Amino acid sequence: MSTVTAPAPGKRKEKAVASDRARAETRLGQKLVAPAIVLMLIVTAFPMLRAIYLSTFDYALTAPDDREFIGVGNYLTALTDPLFWKTTGITVLYMVVTVAIELVIGFIFAMVMHRVIFARGVIRTSILIPYGIITVVSGFAWQFAFSFQNGFVNSWLPFIGDDFNWFGEQTPAVIAIMVSEIWKTTPFMSLLLLAGLAQVSEDMIEAAKVDGATWMQRLTRVILPNMRAAIMVAVLFRALDAYRIFDNIFVMTAGAVNTESISFLTYRQTIEQFQLGMGSALSVLLFLSVLLVAWLIVKIFRVDLAQARQEA
Amino acid sequence: MSAITMKNIVKQYGDGFPAVNDVSIDVADGEFMILVGPSGCGKSTLLRMIVGLEDITSGDMVIGERRVNDLAPRERNLAMVFQNYALYPHLTVYENIAFPLRLAKMPDGEVDKLVRDASSTLELDEHLERKPGNLSGGQRQRVAMGRAIVRQADAFLFDEPLSNLDAKLRGQMRTEIARLQKRLGITTVYVTHDQTEAMTLGDRVAVLKRGVLQQLATPRELYENPGNLFVAGFIGSPPMNFLPATVEGTSVKLPFGSVEIPADRAERAAGRGLLIAGIRPEHFEDASLAAEEERSGSTFSAKVETVEWLGNETYAYIPFEAPDEVREQLQQLEKDLDGDSLRTQLVVSLDGSSRIAEGEDAEIWVDGGRIHLFDPASGENLTVDRERAGRIPGAEVGAG
Amino acid sequence: MNNRTLNRVGMVVGCLLIMVWCLLPVAWIISLSFKSEASITNGNPGFLPSEGTSAGWANYQAVWDNEQFRRAIFNSIGISLIATLLSIVVATLAAYAIARLEFRGKKLVLSLSLAIAMFPVVSLVGPLFDMWRAIGLYDTWPGLIIPYMSFTLPLAIWTLSAFFREIPWEMEQAAQVDGATSWQAFRKVIVPLAAPGVFTAAILTFFFAWNDFVFGISLTSTENARPIPASLSFFVGADPFNRPASLLAAGAVIATIPIIVIVLIFQRKIVAGLTSGAVKG
Repeated sequence: MSTVTAPAPGKRKEKAVASDRARAETRLGQKLVAPAIVLMLIVTAFPMLRAIYLSTFDYALTAPDDREFIGVGNYLTALTDPLFWKTTGITVLYMVVTVAIELVIGFIFAMVMHRVIFARGVIRTSILIPYGIITVVSGFAWQFAFSFQNGFVNSWLPFIGDDFNWFGEQTPAVIAIMVSEIWKTTPFMSLLLLAGLAQVSEDMIEAAKVDGATWMQRLTRVILPNMRAAIMVAVLFRALDAYRIFDNIFVMTAGAVNTESISFLTYRQTIEQFQLGMGSALSVLLFLSVLLVAWLIVKIFRVDLAQARQEA
Repeated sequence: MSAITMKNIVKQYGDGFPAVNDVSIDVADGEFMILVGPSGCGKSTLLRMIVGLEDITSGDMVIGERRVNDLAPRERNLAMVFQNYALYPHLTVYENIAFPLRLAKMPDGEVDKLVRDASSTLELDEHLERKPGNLSGGQRQRVAMGRAIVRQADAFLFDEPLSNLDAKLRGQMRTEIARLQKRLGITTVYVTHDQTEAMTLGDRVAVLKRGVLQQLATPRELYENPGNLFVAGFIGSPPMNFLPATVEGTSVKLPFGSVEIPADRAERAAGRGLLIAGIRPEHFEDASLAAEEERSGSTFSAKVETVEWLGNETYAYIPFEAPDEVREQLQQLEKDLDGDSLRTQLVVSLDGSSRIAEGEDAEIWVDGGRIHLFDPASGENLTVDRERAGRIPGAEVGAG
Repeated sequence: MNNRTLNRVGMVVGCLLIMVWCLLPVAWIISLSFKSEASITNGNPGFLPSEGTSAGWANYQAVWDNEQFRRAIFNSIGISLIATLLSIVVATLAAYAIARLEFRGKKLVLSLSLAIAMFPVVSLVGPLFDMWRAIGLYDTWPGLIIPYMSFTLPLAIWTLSAFFREIPWEMEQAAQVDGATSWQAFRKVIVPLAAPGVFTAAILTFFFAWNDFVFGISLTSTENARPIPASLSFFVGADPFNRPASLLAAGAVIATIPIIVIVLIFQRKIVAGLTSGAVKG
């Protein structure tokens, strides 16, 4: 009798009942997620398709009647224009430098917050303030701080004249923008890393201590390898965010002195100059380059996306 | 209150794996039924099918007079105690117990009366206003039981309710559950992997292995007349010893010597070649002590490797070599029982007053009348007393 | 012993560093907001207002009296609250389904929301600008509420499904055995248990909406719907070549007050929500 018996008369019918229940579950699930899917598609997929369509036209809102189909013309123009490559380069620079610095400072902050026993609430509250503050406000605060007319940075920093204009040329302006970006987003990074730190078991660190590991060895051989997933997820999120940098540039330099990012270039073409055709082509290129960056990060660092989505 | 009848219940998952395969169990009205087996044997799945949390692939589930296969859990009127208790953390103990009554829209006065009845039965009176988060493990367990007994359910279902408690509390709660069930006289199905719970609580015990029912019998029947190797090895602690054996006339040849067994048993096992003999540790004794009591049986001599003296009794360990055929079967059995197959060794339980020492060649007495003989290929117990073995599904075909 | 003191000192220094990092720019913008407008035009460097240039509450008064600014604050509060509320309702349904049910299309929702979390917002404003003008949503509240909802959904869905997953399955099953319908089990057991999670998701969503800038400047043109970040960035004083820094600072401080209040009250919840949504073993 341990072998499978011949199907009882009622079996077929009951199988259908069971799958009915599964089907009901599927129906309910789909009903519940439908509004979310529709909303997300309205604002992304549909405009994206429209962008692809518009990008094949020479089309400016200032002269809507002169709309003309030019195929991949806009793309060719953009990709052969040194401006496009220059802004892409600057954007990558913003991303790499800010994420690298944030990772280091964020990790130090996370270590302090993880170990600290006093004033936990105060520190966590303070760290949330940069996170919660409007990026535009951060941009203003730092722009004015760096301003030689009304700021304080020049007088606090040695080797820098009181009348040094940070926004007069590319390098200092880019630095100022990065400072604002780093200030605002390091807390987010450090909170993600803090969560990762909390998952490294205290026992394991103590075992390493007993095994004779120095502080540095414990960090590099026990703590960091065990936080890998958390670090990678934090880097992925922050890098994609940094690649889209826009608010700080808009507020602090308005794209002057070659501080323009690819997002800013796209915005300028579309909204300020009403070049919908060219702007759409840039939008598509921006979208593709974000995909490329995401793909590269996932490939290079072997980020476990399932972990990012919490499907462990 | 009702009887629960399971007829040819099958649970097949999407990948075609049968978690429960053609199980038929009848639980009489007011009976305490235990489902027991190692992890993955399908006991919890079966319980969840009774309560309606799991779909039944085929077969009939009848509670009272109703076939409940297609009814939602709330239409089955059963009460269940979950392994982790599943207390609602946002409700007080009072409201946790009252929850099923509130759902049934019972008037407040009646709810209060029933909740207070249940809480005094379970000695929860002083905790009624607390939240489950502030209770100890034993108290949580009692709240979970309170939620079950407060309503007039047709049956109680328990899913390993004591596995999260420490050993002492487990013992207390075990007797508590037994007392409560006797008092309320309600049909109960109780899932456990702990054989002490199975033996002490159950009116009858259903032993399952990999989704298949092995034997359905009273605890005593299971212990004295296990239907096959698996049941024999699963019930009893320390477990039954399995030794290679051959039968010649009325004597069984074991690695340590020959033992006389009753003629009717020998007859049933005759002419089968190599067999597996099953002897419980307590059916051995220090030969010198057995002689004083003039008990009948055989004696043999063996070198004792390790001795564990526990005061009231002594365990002696005697290693032996088993032929490959038997060893393979025993290794498979260990795997089925969730154990690690170590060396083959005999465990004998001696009286605490025994003076047998480690490394000594000891004279051991064995009660030949209690030896079971198993077919090494099928695992079937050849010497089972069918009148006193409850129901052994695999053997029914041959017997009937 | 020596090592331990060193450790302690390190901790204290670390804490001070974090506090300075977080609060210095905030202190700076507050200090700036008290510099008088006249002194800004002439140049008034330094962290604190120099001798005799403190404006008292004059800048705040001036900003508050500005009709456009008041409208912008009103727009921001209204739009952010509505977007948060709607987004949370939609996300709660989706997150519940994702955490609890097996259905085809689950992968799609997860992938889609991951994709949207990474989406370059700027690449959408062009087509959206065009579409919204065509259907009359340009420069209206719904014109901002809809994109805010879509872009906060991924974060809300992640955070919420993490919270839902933490509620033991058995809780719901026990309710069903106790005689609850699926809806009763959801309403009486799941919702109260998930409430803290829903609240956290709401705060994070609100932050996103309050912080948004790209949609704010692209999809509005007047004080009809222009939210506070966009309004601040377009705030030009009498002299277009020299921004009214202290007035802007006062406006920025006002725009930051709601954030600080929320952070002060709900610090613990926000930390839990941020970390549970992103990293979990």
